[in-house]
Formats: sequence, structure tokens, C-alpha cells
Amino acid sequence: MSAPHTVKLPLFEGPLDLLLHLIKKNEVEITDIPISTITDQYLAMLTEHPELNLDGAGEYLVMAATLVYIKSRMLLPGTEDEEGVEEDPRAELAQQLAEYQRFREVAAALGERNVLARDVFAPPGEPYEASADDEAGPPVRDASLGDLIGALTQVLQRIRRPVPHEVLDEAMSVRTCVERILGHFALADEVEFTSLFGPAPLASEVIVIFLSLLELIRMRVVRARQSEQFGPITLALSMSLEDAAERLRDLGEVDEWRGGGGTRGDDGAVGDQ
Amino acid sequence: METMELLEISSDSDNGYDQGYGRGAREPDPAPEERLGRLPAVLESLLLAAGQPVPIARLVDALGGPGRAEVQKALEALRAHYERLGSGIRVVYVGGAWQLRTPPEHAPWVRRLLRERPPRISRPMLETLAIVAYRQPCTRLEIEAIRGVDADAVLTTLTERRLVRVLGRKEAPGRPLLYGTTREFLEVFGLPDLNALPTLRELGAPEDIFKALAPEGDAVAEAAEGADSAGEPSDEPASEDGD
Repeated sequence: MSAPHTVKLPLFEGPLDLLLHLIKKNEVEITDIPISTITDQYLAMLTEHPELNLDGAGEYLVMAATLVYIKSRMLLPGTEDEEGVEEDPRAELAQQLAEYQRFREVAAALGERNVLARDVFAPPGEPYEASADDEAGPPVRDASLGDLIGALTQVLQRIRRPVPHEVLDEAMSVRTCVERILGHFALADEVEFTSLFGPAPLASEVIVIFLSLLELIRMRVVRARQSEQFGPITLALSMSLEDAAERLRDLGEVDEWRGGGGTRGDDGAVGDQ
Repeated sequence: METMELLEISSDSDNGYDQGYGRGAREPDPAPEERLGRLPAVLESLLLAAGQPVPIARLVDALGGPGRAEVQKALEALRAHYERLGSGIRVVYVGGAWQLRTPPEHAPWVRRLLRERPPRISRPMLETLAIVAYRQPCTRLEIEAIRGVDADAVLTTLTERRLVRVLGRKEAPGRPLLYGTTREFLEVFGLPDLNALPTLRELGAPEDIFKALAPEGDAVAEAAEGADSAGEPSDEPASEDGD
């Protein structure tokens, strides 16, 4: 009866939502995605529903790039970590999907609750004004930032922290890499995709450069174009170099959640105690 | 005036709040310490007059006699009384405060009377709220990392609806805004406090979440009882068959 609120016109809420839909349709596990099948179906969806790309900041395209990238990595001999365990290129995506799915479930449960002014009603207006200094009141009322952080630290301690995924080498962060990519544009208006990587890059460099590029595309600083299928991909700035540099000040944040979680341990006021 | 006598006059003002009112059968007199006298009825008046949710401390203040424990007991009695009666009024504990509300099964008629469209809470809003509720204080970027889509517009909507508010700025490059849920969030979703949300670890099986978030589940009563112990996180909801 209270279902109508969950119905929304755009088919999907985002690339992760679309992926979860495909995973459910194919009856496969998030942890063991048949990447080739799913990538094909995902790309087919994008072709059939071009309107998906009009929405948002190219998120669907970024995911498409990620899928293709994972698919290509699956074909290559695996890289091993220090313990000699072969890395699953799908691991990061699987974790992201699982995380999103958990929140999606809580969201559904929230939507099922008896919502005020929809399912349950209280007297209108505000004849009674609760004073802000109800000292004896329960802690949820008008808590200060400090109170909230304190209370939430307890909650966060019970939450399983996402396993920090070490993407970056100490040698090169997304930030430095982004600067390097921008450096290319100082010399030429258009840069060919493959030329970003140099003649003989390390595997880790390729990953960081690619991630940085995805980031730049996501931030709509850089545009990637391809004149024909399988043809060379040309990159161009979608703004002036100065504006791009300005835009990239925000990248500090990006740097932090992408690469900083595991190494620096300074990601914010809570969670590390 | 007689507020001081609230507890004393239980025997002659037998209004049924202590006992099986509406059930017909008389039960033996409750033990003296169980006697609540006119207290539930007075609290009923206070909640009716207030309209908005009232924290128990304000009720204790207004009564100027009975202690917190007695008021708590009387509120529970009042709640049980309404439920037993199948009344059109319910006593709820939301956002750390008490309020009179209508039961959900009467919603169709109330809605028709008020002629107001129920507030629309879209899936992006619910997903964003869920993330903010668990991860607060959190930045827009953290929300976007989980949902994989831009969160700017939905955060604006949630802020306008006062379900989410800016708590401050994160001491990180760009000093991004930190978001958290509001008291209105708890009130709108009928949550006693943030501890009433299930712990994320248990989210494996969807049934558990629905159990933990059940609209009139025990979680509400538990949290209400635990309200005195200053927000000790209760591990109870749904942890029995988890881990």
C-alpha cells in the first residue's frame, strides 16, 4: 500500500544500481561476477538507454570504463601481493557493490516504516517549543557536534570498517598523477590515450594513471573522445588549463579516500580510535 | 494545585489506567508501588497540549512531584492502555521524546481529511539518509563513493526537509561540509534514537533489517526503557542469530 513512494521514473539510481540489477537477473554472486557477461550486458544497457548518460556526471560511463578495465585485467596474468596471493581484479568492485547493497537494504527498511504525515499523524503546528537547553533530556536532543561524534564513534566501532584497499604506491599518488596528466595538456590541446602511459610503465603506474584519468573524467575536467569503434581515444580538456587546476584543488579529498585510508590513518575525526 | 497528590489519590480515582481497562474483568489491586493514580491521565493531557514530542525531563518538570522513574512507568502504562483499547490515539517515543500520534491503520481517512499529499520520500533520499545515519558525520564525497552517483541535489533536498543538517566542516583539503541526521529524521521515521537502527554488520540477511526496523517492534520499547541509561548502545536488536 505504501509502495508508490519507491517508484521512480528513471530506470536506475546509478551505475551500481544497474549493476546490482544485472547481477540479480543473472543469478550470480557479487563476489564472483562473470565479468565478461556482465560487462556486455551493462554496455548493451547503455546503448539501449542513452538517456542514462544524460543524467549525472557521466557516472555510467565511468563504471563502463571500470568494467572494461577489470575485464582486461582478468585476461592478463594476475599480480600477486606480498604474501603471494593472487589479487582478484574484481575485489574492489565486489566490495563496493556489497557496501551499496547493504545501505540499499536499510533504505528499503526505512521506507517501510510508519512515516510521519504519511502513515501516522501528529497534531499540527508547533505550539510547544522545546528549549535548547534541556540538560536532563536524552542525548539525542540538540546534541552538539562533539556529542554526536562521541556517540557515533561508539556506533562506528561496531561497524565493520571497509578493508582498506591499497591502490597507490607511495611513489605516485592520484594527485601527482593528475598533475602529470595535466602537464600533457600544457604542451598540446589533445593527447592520445596511450601516450599517457609512457613507453614501459609499471603495472602500478598504469593503474594510478588510469584511476586519475577516470577521476578527471568524472570531474568533467577531461573529455575522452573516440571517432570510431576501437579507434584511438583522444583526450582533451573541457575547460582552460587554469580552470582545471582550480577544479583540482578538491582532489585532496579524492586522494584521501582513494589512497589514504590504509596508509595515513588520518581520515577524519572518528573511526580511528 | 493538586499536582502533588498525583500519586496519592489512586484508590478513589480508579480510571482504569492501572488495570485492564476496556477488558471488563477486574484484576486484583496492583501493589502500592505500581499505583499510578491520575499520573497517566495528566501526562495524556500534557502530551495532547504539547503536540510536539516532549522529552521526559520536561514532563517531570511540569509535574513537579513524581520522579522520572514514575513518569516513565506512567507513560508506558498510558501507551499500553491505548493499545489495549485499540484507540485512535497512540503514545509513541520518538527522537528521545514522547508524543501522541494516530495509528498507521487510520492513515487513509486522516489523509483524506487533511487533503494533503503525503511527503514523497524517494529512493535516492532513503539511500542517502541511510548512509548519513550510519556514517555521520560524513561528507558528500563519502556518500557518493557508496552510492556511485552525485549526491549534491539529494543532500539539498534532505537539508531543506530538515532530515539532514550540516554539522561542521571536515579538517581536510577543501574543508568539505560534514552532514548528520536531525531530530526530525528520528521523528519522521518514528525512531526512538540512533541506536534503534540495526548495526550494519548484521545487514547480510534482509529479514534481520526488517525485524530490527519493524514499525511497532520491541526495539521501540527496549530503547524507551534504555532511555535512562544515557544512550548506551544496545546490541540487542537482531543480534541473536547474527554473527
